[in-house]
Amino acid sequence: MTASELLEVCDLAKHFTVTKGFTRPVTTTVRAVDGVSFAVARGEAFGLVGESGCGKSTAARAVLRLIPPDAGLVRFAGIDVTDAHGSALQRLRRRMQIVFQDPYSSLNPRRTIGQALTEPLAVHGLARGRAARDRAIALLEEVGLPPSAYDRHPHEFSGGQRQRVGIARALSVEPELIVADEPVSALDVSVQAQVLLLLKDLQARRGLTFVFVSHDLGVVRWFCSRVAVMYLGRIVESGPVARVFGAPRHPYTRMLRDASPIPDPAIRGQMPRILGEIPSAANPPAGCHFHPRCPRASDLCRTVYPEWRADGDGGVACHQPEN
Amino acid sequence: MTDVAVSAPPSPRRAMIGRLLSDPTTVAGVVLCSIVLAGALLAPWLSPHDPLEQNILDRLAGPGSDYLLGTDQFGRDVLSRLLWGARVSLLVSFLSIASAVVIGGAIGMISGYIGGRFDLVTMQVMDVLLSFPSLILGMIMVALLGSSITNLVIAIALTAIAPFARIARAPVLVLKERAFIEAGRALGFSHLRILLVHVLPNIVTDLLVMGTLWMATAVRTEASLSFIGLGVKPPTPTWGGMMRDGFENILDSAWLCIWPGLAILVLVLGLNLVGDGLCDVTDPKATQ
Repeated sequence: MTASELLEVCDLAKHFTVTKGFTRPVTTTVRAVDGVSFAVARGEAFGLVGESGCGKSTAARAVLRLIPPDAGLVRFAGIDVTDAHGSALQRLRRRMQIVFQDPYSSLNPRRTIGQALTEPLAVHGLARGRAARDRAIALLEEVGLPPSAYDRHPHEFSGGQRQRVGIARALSVEPELIVADEPVSALDVSVQAQVLLLLKDLQARRGLTFVFVSHDLGVVRWFCSRVAVMYLGRIVESGPVARVFGAPRHPYTRMLRDASPIPDPAIRGQMPRILGEIPSAANPPAGCHFHPRCPRASDLCRTVYPEWRADGDGGVACHQPEN
Repeated sequence: MTDVAVSAPPSPRRAMIGRLLSDPTTVAGVVLCSIVLAGALLAPWLSPHDPLEQNILDRLAGPGSDYLLGTDQFGRDVLSRLLWGARVSLLVSFLSIASAVVIGGAIGMISGYIGGRFDLVTMQVMDVLLSFPSLILGMIMVALLGSSITNLVIAIALTAIAPFARIARAPVLVLKERAFIEAGRALGFSHLRILLVHVLPNIVTDLLVMGTLWMATAVRTEASLSFIGLGVKPPTPTWGGMMRDGFENILDSAWLCIWPGLAILVLVLGLNLVGDGLCDVTDPKATQ
């Protein structure tokens, strides 16, 4: 951990308990996030990838204290996020923001775009009245929307435009960190590119740090410099994007990479089959969680969860890593 | 993105009123309610007689030119009492339902928003309240508190709090999962701000629609309580009270029961028609 690290996550865990039944209640614990650690440098775009249900969104929300983590530590610019209260938490909220997946539910249908953008300014005492309006219109311009959007309601906009409004709202409090939770996966492919370009542009212009949660490897490869691959609540491999996707060491990373389509007709039809389903986080397999689907699984893998092996700028949790 | 500013669609509110008034049954409901409301508001000017003035010589007079709708057993003018009675009916039903909407709505909203064990306990208390028939609950309350307009309002409000808590809670359970609520939390909005600025405006229509329908129930409950003598104390004219007084002479002066009965019918029908109309236009599936 060096001084340039803006966000530091250490052994973060979030478990959900579900109690079912009346006469004999059965409590199951879902380990949505089970000891996740990573660090993000200032100005860096860090990707968090994995299948649906692997806990990447839960981890992102716990980092922002939108849900209280059960264990672990989150440090933002040296401040303990997990232990912040009252005004300290309020100040932290200003510095880290979130962009949501679904642009249709991320805006209050009854509030105008202007209201959505000026409300955070008022709450944090940044601007009011005329000044707030000017700032909101500047924000709209920054995300590529006309000033006339100010007085309109969300239902008058397309998904891509709404996502721009959501980004503008996140930017309104001038955060340093933006957690983007699948920011483009609900959009049409043509719009995806525009929004990604906008985010990239904002990152460069404002020096933003990103935690980019996605299941789309292509998007992460393009947007992020470093990436962590999650499987069933744990990080199985991390490192620079080019290395992780170029020469994956964990069999799961390899499987994910090989399953993501390559836009080249010459290698058409070589998509490997992925064996099996992601197991339930309520009842993960013993040993390495991935062993039932792993082509290289040994007896050791079936009994002992592999230790994290750090190597340079990343690491892998596998008994028999490739390369 | 350049053509966003072409033509502004009509505001949702105005479109809603337009659709509301294009439905003849809703218009009929509005007319019926307006008649009662006008009668209540203009009672001092419309009443041909003092509603409390007893004219013992003209007791039980049938409808005629002097007393348009006849007189009761004390010789009081029925039309005047009907007009003044409308004030009590409207006042009691409006105040009781308004407080039930506010209190029940707040309980349901907060309970749904907080969730967990608190929600479970609150909703179970509401279920206990719901399990009492409203007339019985009203009777218990009035018997405990004594009969006055205030106590009547409290009693009827209490019978309607539980349904409004349920009506408010259900959409909150859906709303709180939506990203804009989470966005508010990420932006550091207080829970109070999220509830008042972001949750409430999204459920207020539901509450108002149900409020209109429940006002009709409140009118009936008020009349029923007055009828069994637990309503506003005589001699203040109320529709239920008038029916009870008239009941003693129902065989020879049936109009004493018929007129207040018709008045209740008009108001309840009017409120129900308006409520149904509101229900239809605010149903998102009925839009377009």
